[in-house]
Amino acid sequence: MELNLQMLSIIGAVIAVSFGAIAPAFSEGRAIAAAMEAIARQPESAGALSRTLFVGLAMIETMAIYCLVIALLLLYANPFVG
Amino acid sequence: MLDEIGVTMETSPFAPDILFHFGPVPISRPVVTTWTIMAILTAMSWLGLRRVNVNAGSLQTVLEIVVETLAKQINAIIRRDPWPYLPLLGTLFIFLVFANLSVIVPGVKPPTGHIETPAALGVIVFLSVHYFGIRSRGLVEYARRYTKPNLLLLPLNVLSEITRTFSLMVRLFGNIMSHEFMIAIVVFLAGLFLPIPFMLLGILIGIIQAYIFTVLAAVFIGAAVGSADAG
Repeated sequence: MELNLQMLSIIGAVIAVSFGAIAPAFSEGRAIAAAMEAIARQPESAGALSRTLFVGLAMIETMAIYCLVIALLLLYANPFVG
Repeated sequence: MLDEIGVTMETSPFAPDILFHFGPVPISRPVVTTWTIMAILTAMSWLGLRRVNVNAGSLQTVLEIVVETLAKQINAIIRRDPWPYLPLLGTLFIFLVFANLSVIVPGVKPPTGHIETPAALGVIVFLSVHYFGIRSRGLVEYARRYTKPNLLLLPLNVLSEITRTFSLMVRLFGNIMSHEFMIAIVVFLAGLFLPIPFMLLGILIGIIQAYIFTVLAAVFIGAAVGSADAG
């Protein structure tokens, strides 16, 4: 089976999603762990902390979602495949 | 059922999903769903506020609790009087909750799973951030915000304005659409009962994404009116 442009795009999409998910996963884990520690130390500030946590998680998650968008573009709207 | 899954997997999520033509104007499925949700929300508000009473009925009480909670949350983020911002942000949140949760009604696809709806909401947020910023600080003072801390950073500030709106849009779209995909794949792999926990996860994702979208819009507006840190 020869490697044509379509197969390369599929491989590219797989690589983009799988490797693009690793770093956000680690960093979300670190962010949540830090927030948990802070809440355990100061339970009264849980409201403000969790709101900031959600916003931060959304920011981190954006990186993974960019990878997903790249993968979708490769699969469905690839400009190089006719 | 299998046909439907095949259609979900093979058609591009970026392609428009045209249901029928209204004269020369094509009407897509997200538009129909959006207008249905708008009609439901309007009818609910009308029913609840038809006879406003100090001794509120049950529906009026529910609406009041929702509005008060939203106002309190917005006040906590923007740190000033929330009522000028409540119509926009509250509508965004309630609409997004209904739109994201419309996936649990059989046969309905969430309008936020297509790129047009999040894009339109993103543009609304983008424009209203500047509107509120200019209204509260004046044009010159608001424009000076982009030259801080240094004039050299002007292009970067403008760029971040655009990219954060783009990521707001893509985050909502990506989450809802990828969840739709995931459900389709799970149904395709394993029949009847396995998709149920994933659908429950979908409810959670829908509410969290609505919350995040609204909180980020509030943070942007808060940064523009100059009372909160930039997000």
